[in-house]
Amino acid sequence: MSNVSVSNVREFNTVPDGNPKVESPLAWSYQQHPAPRASGQAGIVLREKALLGHLVLRGGAIVLDEAVRATLGMSLPAKPNALEHDDSGERSIQWLSPDEWLVIVPGGEEFKLERALRQVLGDAHYSIVNASGGQTVLTLSGDNAREVLMKSTSYDVHPNAFPVGKGVTTVFAKATVVLRRPSETHWELVVRRSFADYCYRWLLDASAEYGIDTQ
Amino acid sequence: MTQSNRIAAGGRVDRSQVLEFTFNGQRYQGFKGDTLASALLANGVNIVNRSFKYSRARGIVAAGSEEPNAVVQLGARDDTQVPNVRATQQGLYSGLVARSTNGWPNVQRDVMSWVGRLGGGFMPPGFYYKTFMAPASMWMTYEKYIRMGAGLGRAPTESDPDIYDHMHHHCDVMVIGAGPAGLAAALSAARAGARVILCDEQEEMGGSLLDSRETLDGVSAVRWVEQALSELAGMETVTLLPRTTANGYHDHNFVTLHERRTEHLADTAREAGFPGESRARLHRVRAAQVVLASGTHERPLVYANNDLPGNMLAGAISTYIRRYAVVPGQSLVLSTSNDHAYRAALDWKEAGRKVVAIVDARANPDGDLVRQARDSGIRVITGSAVIEARGNQRVTGARISAIDLERFVVIGKVEELECDTIASSGGYSPVIHLSSHTGTRPVWNEELLGFVPGKVKGMHAAGGVAGHYALSETLTDGARAGRQAALESGFNNAPDIVLPATRARRDAPACALYQVPHEKSALRAPKQFVDLQNDVTAAGIEVATREGFESIEHVKRYTALGFGTDQGKLGNINGMAIAARCLDRSIPEVGTTVFRPNYTPVTFGAIVGRHCGELFDPERYTALHQWHIENGAEFEDVGQWKRPWYFPRTVNGKKETMHEAVNRECLAVREGVGILDASTLGKIDIQGPDAREFLGRVYTNKWAQLAPGRVRYGLMCKDDGMLMDDGTTSCLGDNHFLMTTTTGGAAGVLEWLELWHQTEWPELQVYFNSVTDHWATMTVTGPDARKLLSELTDLDLDRENFKFMDWRDATVAEVPARIFRISFTGELAFEINVQANYAMHVWKKLFEHGEKYNLTPYGTETMHVLRAEKGLIIVGQDTDGSVTPEDLGMQWAIGYDKPFPWIGKRALSRPDTRRKDRKQFVGLKPKDPSVVLEEGAQIVFDGKQSIPMDMKGHVTSSYYSASLKHGFALAVVMGGHERMGQTVYIPMTDGTMHEAEIVSPVFIDPKGERQHV
Amino acid sequence: MFYIFCPYCKEHREEEEFHARGQAHLMRPSDPDNTSDEEWGDYLFFRNNPRGIHHEMWVHSVGCRKFFNITRNTVTYDILETYPMGEQPTITAATPDVRHEQGVQVADGGWQTVGARSENKALNEETSS
Repeated sequence: MSNVSVSNVREFNTVPDGNPKVESPLAWSYQQHPAPRASGQAGIVLREKALLGHLVLRGGAIVLDEAVRATLGMSLPAKPNALEHDDSGERSIQWLSPDEWLVIVPGGEEFKLERALRQVLGDAHYSIVNASGGQTVLTLSGDNAREVLMKSTSYDVHPNAFPVGKGVTTVFAKATVVLRRPSETHWELVVRRSFADYCYRWLLDASAEYGIDTQ
Repeated sequence: MTQSNRIAAGGRVDRSQVLEFTFNGQRYQGFKGDTLASALLANGVNIVNRSFKYSRARGIVAAGSEEPNAVVQLGARDDTQVPNVRATQQGLYSGLVARSTNGWPNVQRDVMSWVGRLGGGFMPPGFYYKTFMAPASMWMTYEKYIRMGAGLGRAPTESDPDIYDHMHHHCDVMVIGAGPAGLAAALSAARAGARVILCDEQEEMGGSLLDSRETLDGVSAVRWVEQALSELAGMETVTLLPRTTANGYHDHNFVTLHERRTEHLADTAREAGFPGESRARLHRVRAAQVVLASGTHERPLVYANNDLPGNMLAGAISTYIRRYAVVPGQSLVLSTSNDHAYRAALDWKEAGRKVVAIVDARANPDGDLVRQARDSGIRVITGSAVIEARGNQRVTGARISAIDLERFVVIGKVEELECDTIASSGGYSPVIHLSSHTGTRPVWNEELLGFVPGKVKGMHAAGGVAGHYALSETLTDGARAGRQAALESGFNNAPDIVLPATRARRDAPACALYQVPHEKSALRAPKQFVDLQNDVTAAGIEVATREGFESIEHVKRYTALGFGTDQGKLGNINGMAIAARCLDRSIPEVGTTVFRPNYTPVTFGAIVGRHCGELFDPERYTALHQWHIENGAEFEDVGQWKRPWYFPRTVNGKKETMHEAVNRECLAVREGVGILDASTLGKIDIQGPDAREFLGRVYTNKWAQLAPGRVRYGLMCKDDGMLMDDGTTSCLGDNHFLMTTTTGGAAGVLEWLELWHQTEWPELQVYFNSVTDHWATMTVTGPDARKLLSELTDLDLDRENFKFMDWRDATVAEVPARIFRISFTGELAFEINVQANYAMHVWKKLFEHGEKYNLTPYGTETMHVLRAEKGLIIVGQDTDGSVTPEDLGMQWAIGYDKPFPWIGKRALSRPDTRRKDRKQFVGLKPKDPSVVLEEGAQIVFDGKQSIPMDMKGHVTSSYYSASLKHGFALAVVMGGHERMGQTVYIPMTDGTMHEAEIVSPVFIDPKGERQHV
Repeated sequence: MFYIFCPYCKEHREEEEFHARGQAHLMRPSDPDNTSDEEWGDYLFFRNNPRGIHHEMWVHSVGCRKFFNITRNTVTYDILETYPMGEQPTITAATPDVRHEQGVQVADGGWQTVGARSENKALNEETSS
């Protein structure tokens, strides 16, 4: 157990040392609603990037920028709706609001990162919240990915308006998601755990006419 | 039946593809490229409907969306029925089945038409209500038969086999209408680089060019349309949406489009060869700029019997002949006020049929088309008009006369001409419906004799709708509008667009003619229809003005002019002109009513899209949902969450009722141990040096002394002093708290905290973030809870080391867990929080070890009973936004002496919140122990008073208690805190009366000993 | 459906991302305990309902979660400006003529290209602080 009190905030590593069974937010959905086998080339490819480490950083941009440079070797995107990746592409920071950023790292790194950030940040006013159990990442690719998004969100997903390196929090069907574009070919949806099944079923339905590949 | 009205050559139909269809049970043939309307006319079908009010025989009048009569019921099967389809907009397909929407028992012999002949034939506005008034009790009987004769179709009685969906778009320039102006606009905007969407409601793009007599660059107009469309289709930035009606124009250039995707091909998408695809799609377009190129509607003239089958719009006749190769009759009389309508007579004559005469209201018409008509030998009668159509089920003749427009009288002798078709044209009305949707008022243009769109930000009216009727002007104006729209959305390098050359045609000015005078007054003459769909006559409008309805809005509502699915497409201007004449005012003085969305009917399916059935609303699941399903839970909706309601067991092959299951679950908690999935509770992480100060301001109670490791229950009020939420908040560190909220209140409370922080106290250093989904919460509660949990945790659960209202970090089943010793049941309880991805592992481990303790899962119903036995409130059930903490008897949770004037404090000293007779929270014990009072039932103090009784309170929660073995309730009662021990009465709607005693709301363990063990 | 410029996200977003939160610039009395019942009642319950220029508070609830203000014409539904908390409107009912046309606020982050050139894509690529 690694329960450390830095300053006046309680840190808590929610990931066990041992190996108890772990289930991603979509574990049950995959089992319950297997995608119909696509005939021919599927226009949509859907994957879950399960069990990643998600941290929400709050605070002033300048202070947090120094801290993430020191710990992650990345700069903090200060521009609204910007999404930055490290060279490996496995770690990202996304602007959520003028004082809020979403950091996604490989699963298991989040607690170490949180502690390192707290050590760098010291007495500054900030907050770090671990959201790893509360959300998951879906990736969407394929020839018809943009059409499926157009059926699902009122946000403009045309490449002119949504270039690579952008991410927004917006409405998806009747849920809220973080929609991001890490590369030319892939979209990412950061979905809250409790809405994951609904979003997944929505995507299956919206993709039906193009064919969908989920595994 | 043969297609007797089909011409051998020409038109845009494909004669090699013969399509069979059925109308009113009769089989017909048409061609690929026909609309249902053109195919019906080709087959010589005269009567397509009975009218709404008078049940008069009606035929096809128009060729587009303005058609008022040919509104049909579509669908071969009961589950594919679609009402309210315009035959003119319905593409013909093989196997199409349609019926008239009116007419009982059928359109040929209609029973209701006798009603239409009552009282000398004129039914004033309000006829049915005025006539069938007495006796009042009989109205329901009359109505049944009146309704059978009226109506505009029926809804399907079985589930629709098709699906409908939505698609969102953003574009620089949205062009509505793909006629000459729209095409020119789309080309010039697209060439400038703008993202363009071009939609058109017809089966084919091209608008008036598809039936034009003119040439562009020396080739037929149709050829130019093909070139333009092929250029647009080749551009990546352009989206072409044919068969798509712009139905609504909303705030900030938001346009809704209704695309018919398979309904022109077959009865269902599957039969059309597109299984699983949507039948219709609603496009939601956010456009930077809109080019409105919706063109014009021709105005019919208002003369006697102008509704007989065989009366048609002049332009529609040209469309049917030139586009569909259908001549809808043998001999034609044309009545017109303008040059353009002469096309109908020329086209008719070229098709080889007889033009009896053109009757022109103008004294000296001399335009190019007039000369052409005269040269071809057509008789042109000037200064005259058709004043009355003759015939029974079809026009057999036209009565014509010279007219004096100034004095509105017939002059000279009436002549009767034999014919079977009368075409009329009173000019052209710009289609301003969409611009009206935005709230802008149309502007009268005296030169055009019509309304043009008012100014709308970001909208460019182009072509016909802007009053440019000549083809060369329409093209130029369209190109200008497209270029301007692109410019205003940031594309300032628009290349010059070279427009095709057109032949100049000289048109003489039109004259203003709406209603045609008759020898008799409007009231005595045969009916002169203004709004064919709603059966509004010139006499009806005259009567309305005479009865004192002077505002056009009132005239509309009294007569039904422009109502419903028609939205006044043909009748509005004529109606206003008649009202203006009767009121002796000008048309702009009378003004116009405005049009509403939708422009044409949209099926509910398209509006709903995929938000139906299993996707109607998000269903939020906890990490343990799968277990709940596998263990037979019945679910309850709490907000969007699906929560287990109770877990019925099957005993001896019989499934427990909810009552049985809840009794069992309650006793298990009181006597052994139960477990609840409490993951849905809202959880907010609060960090910052001012977190504690902030809590003191938003909660009514004190937070200054709460030490790390401790938990406190708090009440949250709005500034009016009324309770809005409650929950526990734990001190995790001096600058770190975890707040819990009610399940339904989670999002609202987080926004509430942000509201106060961002708008009132930005100087406080604190951040709030939701962690609701991150944690899964399991409540283990009951006398055996400690024994069970101690088997799985490394935490010392001793009552001295882990007290009531403490929390500790620990592990449970090897998983890091945060355990809270708080209780919502009144029993010993531990709330275990683990990261949600590990929840199922921990939950299952608890059951593995819980078997020997008979660990019982329970749902929200048992939770409600247990907390109510303990007198614990549920915000939103026992409170309703008018209850203060004091009303609840929770003075102990109010820190009146806190230094900061916390939210709600000031309001608690207002006279109203100090009243002694406020409704106060109490318990109720029914005198009859078997009675479970109804939630929501009213409470009175005197059971013998007469009705209406003096209501003094109401029951907020009520259950049967398996532990107490009697029913019990929570309630709010006026002055209830001072009325302990008194008897109150609960009268029920069936006349029975329950008696109950006011008692403390805490029914079990008032000293709290059980939860402290 | 409004199209609202969020002064924090620097973009226009669909109305469904926002919640309207009533009249803007309401001041909670600084010393509630010494405020008369009438003054407190005014603060709690009484709101303006003008025809024309109105200042409203909205929150970008599905988005950055920030509150901000809108100057809106309640007749035409034009949004004349949006501005962050703590700032004052530049357009009021007293402004002699409406100086701002709707659409003046464009995405200054260069993200949204409806209303801008696609060549501005270069702008979109400089994403760092």
